[in-house]
Amino acid sequence: MSVRPPTFVKFRDVQAELERSGAAIFRDADGVESLVIRNPYAISYIHSYAEDTPFFLGLTEGRLRGSKCRKPKCGFVYATPRSHCMVCGAPTEWIDLPTRGRVHSFTTCHFGSEAFLKETPYNLAMVEFDGVGSLLLVRLKDCVESDLYVGMPVEARFDPNPKYSITDVWFVPARPSH
Amino acid sequence: MVAGGVTKFAKAHPAMDFRLMVKRAYDYALKDVPNLTSDRIDGSRISYFSDHFTRQLKAASMVQDYLGLNPKGSVRIEWGGATGGECFQAAYEAVASGRMDVCLAAGFETMSRVATWKGNEFIALASDTNFDFPLGGFYTGYYALMVVRHIYEYLRLRKFADVKDEREAQRLAIAEGSRIMAKVSVKNHLNALHNPYAQYPKRLTVDDVLHSEMISYPLTREQICTMSDGAAVAVLCTEERAKELTDRPVRITGVGCGTDTMRLADRPFGSVPLLPHERARDYEDLPYPGIHSFRAGRSAGIEAYRMAGITKPAEELDFIELHDAYASSEIQTYEDLGLCKYGEGYDFVERGDPFLKEIDYGFPTPKAGAIPVNPSGGLIACGHPVGATGLMQGVFAFWQLQGTIPKHFRDPALQLDRPRRGAIHSHAGTGSSVTVSVLERGFR
Repeated sequence: MSVRPPTFVKFRDVQAELERSGAAIFRDADGVESLVIRNPYAISYIHSYAEDTPFFLGLTEGRLRGSKCRKPKCGFVYATPRSHCMVCGAPTEWIDLPTRGRVHSFTTCHFGSEAFLKETPYNLAMVEFDGVGSLLLVRLKDCVESDLYVGMPVEARFDPNPKYSITDVWFVPARPSH
Repeated sequence: MVAGGVTKFAKAHPAMDFRLMVKRAYDYALKDVPNLTSDRIDGSRISYFSDHFTRQLKAASMVQDYLGLNPKGSVRIEWGGATGGECFQAAYEAVASGRMDVCLAAGFETMSRVATWKGNEFIALASDTNFDFPLGGFYTGYYALMVVRHIYEYLRLRKFADVKDEREAQRLAIAEGSRIMAKVSVKNHLNALHNPYAQYPKRLTVDDVLHSEMISYPLTREQICTMSDGAAVAVLCTEERAKELTDRPVRITGVGCGTDTMRLADRPFGSVPLLPHERARDYEDLPYPGIHSFRAGRSAGIEAYRMAGITKPAEELDFIELHDAYASSEIQTYEDLGLCKYGEGYDFVERGDPFLKEIDYGFPTPKAGAIPVNPSGGLIACGHPVGATGLMQGVFAFWQLQGTIPKHFRDPALQLDRPRRGAIHSHAGTGSSVTVSVLERGFR
């Protein structure tokens, strides 16, 4: 008695069969047969934010923290914090960033990694702040693709139920200031 | 360089694992140079990008093993999207340093092993996992951010400078940029119709490209390369060995490599590192690189051109195979590599400089043939099995310079008229590392 998995000539049908039964045979145009099986692979990493920790803890308090080079002659200010200055190598100190900025660039993602497909479409924006030398990449909410433009004023919002992720902060179109 | 081989790039090669793919490309290369037998190869440099895709660590050792090259020396090379280009240069260095007389550069990727969007996730793990990945984990999104700013700098602020309404001006600029990017996609897909190794050769119109599915605004599906399975090899050796092995060797006269910050957010706003034909006053008001240009590509170009003695790249190179993972990054790369000045990339396409003279693209290309870019079809049409891609460019450039495209492609259409010098350009995520290598015909 021989037990053979079902045979397919379209590779995408093989994938469907793997989901179902875990094994399939793919036969190509030359008649060559390949046995294909399914190999699940899941893992939980212990991811430490290490020197970036104060930024992520800051988000849980509704604070947006950047960093500033401690060397007076340099003094580079980072929106995305770095614990050491990329210009001169000196240590940096934590600073509070403005919670209002402008869109430096934007996109709307209609697809994404598998982990984020269910969140599509979502907007990404690089945000620039007055007096700050680098940018911050964030999600931009409460607006759609056609609303977005370079220079758009935006302001930060914080997740009241933090997930300890960069997604604990997002930006929305800024209310007019008076 | 004395020999090369490529497996046809495909969505999936379920009947070949990575070892067999490399073996096929390797056998092809050796068959092309009868005097080159495996006992004359001193060692190898083997590249693949992601252990996640193979789910087999030390896959490079398995290739070395399968090819029967044990116990010779070998090192695995990984450098993101530039993995293949880096492997090419690692093999060059193994020979140039005197360590080997003949070195095999071999690369592969098997991306079909997971679903496309899982594959995007694996690739996006090459972005910062603290600050970037959790926002969407999507490289197309990152490149879209870059081209939106590129369009802002060079179309909004220049071509549409007179439009008063800011949002209208930006809308017009993005529509214009998208239309021109679509021409790049048409070019590469159409060139690939004559390349039997290409994954997605096809005849498209600008409208087809613009109306294909929106992936990440403003980039549509046809402006983006795909996941592929494939392998490529290049055999590099000393000048002395080359003369023994073939009467059509190709000389590697320049290698360059550059890097930039992993996070787009950290890219500085400084001044442009100049190529010999540029002046500081060309870019007085240009904050550089920001997120609109690839400083690593510029650095790699400067180093490679200096070594090769190139001072006017657009005039002194006969063609370039460059890393067009996105139609946008092809245009950005024209500028990084000095084929035109920063800000002139869109006009460069409109004039037709990077197109082939003999092919009808369905729109005017008055200066076609000035400097063909991606005559093979590039990544957009050939596919992008990451660890193989930079080597594939090396092989296509090698065949161009040898004049053997008609033989290897079984179609003469893409063979340029006796090219003397070409360049290959390999690029990793958002331009975090880039290599440029210059190749020249090594025979009369």
